Amino acid sequence: MNNLFVFCELDEGRPAEVSLELLTKGRSLANTLGCRLEAVILGSGLEGIENELFPYGVDVVHVADDPVLEHYRTLPYTSVITGLFRQEKPQIALMGATTTGRDLGPRVSSALHSGLTADCTGLETGDHYVKKTDTTYKNLLYQIRPAFGGNIIATIINPDHRPQMATVREGVMKREIVNKNYKGEVKKIDIREFIKPEDLAVEILGRHIEPRRVDIKSAQIIVSGGYGMGSKENFALLYELASVLGGEVAASRAAVDAGYAGHERQVGQTGVTVRPKLYIACGISGQIQHTAGMDQSGKIIAINNDPMAPINNIADYVINGDVAEVIPKLIKHYRANAR
Amino acid sequence: MNGIKIVVLAKQVPDTRNVGPDAMKADGTVNRSVLPAIFNPEDLNALEQALRIKDSYEGVTVTLLTMGPVRAAEIIREGLYRGADDGVLLTDRAFAGSDTLATSYALALAVRRLAPDLVLGGRQAIDGDTAQVGPQVAEKLGWPQVTYAEEMHFEGGRLIIRRRLERGVETVSAPLPLVVTVNGTAPACRYRNARLLMKYKYARTDTELQAESSDYIAAGRPAVRLTEWGVEAISADPEQLGISGSPTKVKEIENVILQAKESKRLTASDRDIESLVRELLENHTIG
Ligand SMILES: Cc1cc2nc3c(=O)[nH]c(=O)nc-3n(C[C@H](O)[C@H](O)[C@H](O)COP(=O)(O)OP(=O)(O)OC[C@H]3O[C@@H](n4cnc5c(N)ncnc54)[C@H](O)[C@@H]3O)c2cc1C
Ligand SMILES: Nc1ncnc2c1ncn2[C@@H]1O[C@H](COP(=O)(O)O)[C@@H](O)[C@H]1O
Repeated sequence: MNNLFVFCELDEGRPAEVSLELLTKGRSLANTLGCRLEAVILGSGLEGIENELFPYGVDVVHVADDPVLEHYRTLPYTSVITGLFRQEKPQIALMGATTTGRDLGPRVSSALHSGLTADCTGLETGDHYVKKTDTTYKNLLYQIRPAFGGNIIATIINPDHRPQMATVREGVMKREIVNKNYKGEVKKIDIREFIKPEDLAVEILGRHIEPRRVDIKSAQIIVSGGYGMGSKENFALLYELASVLGGEVAASRAAVDAGYAGHERQVGQTGVTVRPKLYIACGISGQIQHTAGMDQSGKIIAINNDPMAPINNIADYVINGDVAEVIPKLIKHYRANAR
Repeated sequence: MNGIKIVVLAKQVPDTRNVGPDAMKADGTVNRSVLPAIFNPEDLNALEQALRIKDSYEGVTVTLLTMGPVRAAEIIREGLYRGADDGVLLTDRAFAGSDTLATSYALALAVRRLAPDLVLGGRQAIDGDTAQVGPQVAEKLGWPQVTYAEEMHFEGGRLIIRRRLERGVETVSAPLPLVVTVNGTAPACRYRNARLLMKYKYARTDTELQAESSDYIAAGRPAVRLTEWGVEAISADPEQLGISGSPTKVKEIENVILQAKESKRLTASDRDIESLVRELLENHTIG
């Protein structure tokens, strides 16, 4: 009872990256709160799936395995999750801020009358004191998220209702295996207990999902270009630098909008959040919507001809100069010095 | 699907996409007064879908439903100019401070009273970016929902909807009554129609009329009345509205200020760049 639950979704039959990231975060929160970490996974043909979740420190995996659940559908999934939550009474429930999580989360939160905070960028625990009633709430979930187009950061709490629910985007939390031999318990969910015939009212006629292509999120080194690169042709310099350093190319939204790079490479609030070992920002001004997606990078190099560019404030190294001059020099000196 | 009744959920939002440096007050709160208030972009995509259904079938009506302060009546007029039949403004002090759950409670009650066959909303509002209100309204009504819609048409009494997912598309078939949230990738909304603009330019809610200047009244403007509903009109339980009806509370708000780091300043000279590359190689950042 009152444990921390993570709804795990599937991506091409495997637990989705974002779900594993949430399990990692969930494990550390559960340690702080002194509760257990439980995962819920729904689908069809899930034999052995629990073994992919246990290494993240999961104590219990609830599995609902039925052909009806093969692809995500709002109503059957909502009925199973709300039914389970009514029985298990989690204190916290986390899900990915994916098209699935953002369809399911609000439906579940409405059914349970519990608060839900979308797209959190931070999850912490802490207390909350209410002066009017002189009550202190212990160990609440602080749900931290940008609001107002990223211009403010708000900390949201749900003092009185459970579960405290939050969604988080892929790439925001770190994924880390706790112990590859960790073993928890499997509990099978009997879906007939929860699903009503009218839950099957919406039918899926067809699905066409593209496999993942570029993956800037797992790159250790990212060479990112902005509008200051000036042209699609100049982006070739970035591919060259990325290839000699063994990294990936990313872009700001202005560069994506200008057609210099594809949308899957966009870093920032409306793109991907990345935290590579090294982020080289070339011709990027560093607006908050961009930096929100990369300011956790290990080291940041900014190449910009404007000494006052905001990106310089968060960079470890600021190179004041023209990208067309600096990038070839970086390539040249790397080739000369690396072994 | 002749004769169906459609409600479009639309919200007036501050234009957060064009936030200038004066958008934040010194105390770190948002200076709403300098931000223009606009029709939430994806709600316009939803309106277009409704109007397309209206164009294709006989006797379809499109009603805009918006909850907000009195000035939110502006977006009802905006919807009327583009082809909606009428609109309802849900406005009451008791609604202030509602989170998405309390908002959807009020909207769902208003939808109940309007008794439509189909509710269309935007995927998300740009002030909060939560995408929660649509699904929560659906849950409160006990209706199915389809989110991220970008194309829809009727076939044998069911709505066939194409949904835009992260890496692809899904097509579903859903019965009425239904709540659908429309994605920004759906077709843009048509422009205002000049005839409708003339017709509805002076449409006002009662509260707006009371605040209008005497010139307006003396000119005998053809006052098309816009419906305005408060808590009683939808028989809402005040406990479930506003701050008391909202499970989520804002504990703290922080203005975003970029923290300046201790950074090394370099020039584009070969000497500077070579020493940088060597430093990164030595501390194993690269190589
Ligand atoms: C709701 C919302 C969401 C957003 N989401 C994102 C997001 O996810 N990701 C994102 O990136 N943006 C996002 N934006 C946009 C963001 O606000 C900025 O507009 C964008 O990041 C700017 O991109 P940029 O730095 O490439 O372009 P610019 O701001 O035009 O900056 C170009 C920079 O290049 C420098 N430069 C020019 N020429 C050269 C040269 N020859 N050599 C060196 N430097 C040069 C200039 O000094 C300047 O600093 C969002 C905006 C909004 C409102
Ligand atoms: N106050 C409101 N009045 C009418 N519709 C709303 C309101 N708030 C949200 N909506 C609808 O719900 C959608 C999602 O809003 P949100 O959950 O705030 O991102 C919007 O695009 C609107 O269609």
